[in-house]
Amino acid sequence: MTQLTELGVAAIRDGVAAGSFTAVEVAEAFNVNVAAASALNAFIVATPEKAIEAAKATDARRAKGEALGLMGGVPIGMKDLFATKGVQTTAASHILEHFVPEYESTVSQNLWDAGAGMLGKLNLDQFAMGSSNETSYFGNVISPWRRKDGGNAALAPGGSSGGSSTAVSARLAPAATGTDTGGSIRQPAAFTGISGIKPTYGRCSRWGIVAFASSLDQAGPMARDVRDCAIMLEAMAGFDPKDATSLDMAVPHWEAGLNPDMKGKRVGVPREYRMDGMDADVAASWDQGIAWLEDAGAEIVEVSLPHTKYALPAYYIIAPAEASSNLARYDGVRYGLRDLPDGAGLQDMYAATRAAGFGAEVKRRILIGTYVLSAGFYDAYYTQAQKVRTLISRDFAQAFEQCDVILAPTAPTAAFGLGEKSDDPLAMYLNDVFAVPASLAGLPAMSVPAGLNREGLPLGLQIIGRPFDEQGVLNAGLALEVRAGFVARPEKWW
Amino acid sequence: MSVDTATVAKIAALARIKVSEAELAAMVPELNGILAWVEQLGEVDVSGVEPMTAVIPNHLRLRADVIDADPLTGGGRRDAVLANAPVAMDGFFGVPKVIE
Repeated sequence: MTQLTELGVAAIRDGVAAGSFTAVEVAEAFNVNVAAASALNAFIVATPEKAIEAAKATDARRAKGEALGLMGGVPIGMKDLFATKGVQTTAASHILEHFVPEYESTVSQNLWDAGAGMLGKLNLDQFAMGSSNETSYFGNVISPWRRKDGGNAALAPGGSSGGSSTAVSARLAPAATGTDTGGSIRQPAAFTGISGIKPTYGRCSRWGIVAFASSLDQAGPMARDVRDCAIMLEAMAGFDPKDATSLDMAVPHWEAGLNPDMKGKRVGVPREYRMDGMDADVAASWDQGIAWLEDAGAEIVEVSLPHTKYALPAYYIIAPAEASSNLARYDGVRYGLRDLPDGAGLQDMYAATRAAGFGAEVKRRILIGTYVLSAGFYDAYYTQAQKVRTLISRDFAQAFEQCDVILAPTAPTAAFGLGEKSDDPLAMYLNDVFAVPASLAGLPAMSVPAGLNREGLPLGLQIIGRPFDEQGVLNAGLALEVRAGFVARPEKWW
Repeated sequence: MSVDTATVAKIAALARIKVSEAELAAMVPELNGILAWVEQLGEVDVSGVEPMTAVIPNHLRLRADVIDADPLTGGGRRDAVLANAPVAMDGFFGVPKVIE
């Protein structure tokens, strides 16, 4: 009998539809893996009963001969940044601990409507602020991967979607939702040898997603391969009148459009991404990726993105500025934690609640954001950053006059050890150097696993596309996937 | 530009986050490190460049001028709105007394 937890989204959906196994059998198998993996700390809460309930509904629909939906019978992990009705939604923070939404986010509802079920809520960096999943109030997520040096050093699963990357990589879920503000889908996917795509800004509704930086936040799928990402993205995306920036465009049938043939396509290689002192294995994997896409029939062209080095500093003004505004809502009045010291007035209550409820990285970003938006500094920091953002976006528009997609590494290194960068905020921020520019420009971008480095850890390759061209990104990702033949997986130790 | 302890204390007050003296002392060099790094943006020639306001061109929509057009985000949901309040009293959010 097939080991059901070895199957991805397409195989589960097709197997359930064909009657090879039931959706309930699939949900039970993944529930067992989730329950046995507490050492990874990927889930903040498991919801095995939700997975079974959705699976029973799928099996009942099949018995009646009804259509099962794009994700019919597929249980998934839900990043704990999506509001789920009746299920605690924390953003991995103390301030939202015990918050139980009265409503369902649009993206999660779309997934349930497509026949998916929920295995649980996945751990993440607090309010999605982090690149290693070390800022969660509920503890670090541990990557299932280990270096092949025989040591047992605990490695970062990437962040902020570290619970999602760990769950998919360790076969606790065939797929999971992620959100990407400055690389939070792509970098964790690269660190754990899985695939993930951030669509064009506006494809997936932000309604019901705990807000970090609203002009950047985008949801997307994380799964084992490109096809599974295409299926799940199609289920997640769609116009939503409740999100003012939602794109009022039809959702393409990305899975049906998958095609790894790159004949007639031009692939841009940005020269500014080849930085001094670049990790040799990352550089080699990028060269390999170029050769693979050439082999797929693409023409390789060098392109220039001259403002690349300014993307990260611009991001670390814009994202904290928006965060400081968005997180003003946590005041101890309407929901979440309240800390009311004896005899305290309203202002003291706000300050005490926020001091107790936010972690160190969240406070750091709120303070930076408050500073750069404050009177006298607004133009020098915030307006300047928004102008640089215009230039970064223009760089991409000019590059896309010469190419159809851009190929780059996803991250400058493979996974680092937990604790290695957590004392140095800047070193941590620099890990998103290749991911942030596409976020600032709102472009679709994907990471696919390319191979292992000399330590036996996965490296990802990133494809960046034109606005609305998720299909082009997925197709180039598929061309890489076919040639990479990536089958490495973490050896089970948990 | 760099910040000193007094400035960080003021920012924290603006952000409504209580910070201890020890936290302040730790934050000053951290924030200065980040601010010194973002200052490189000053090198960029942005003459004639408009600040970005929308990353993907889009137009703002108006919803139909109908009461409760979307029942989920319309009115009449007091109990749901109050369900997660730390203190809900008589159909309102409860807060410490603000008038002497």
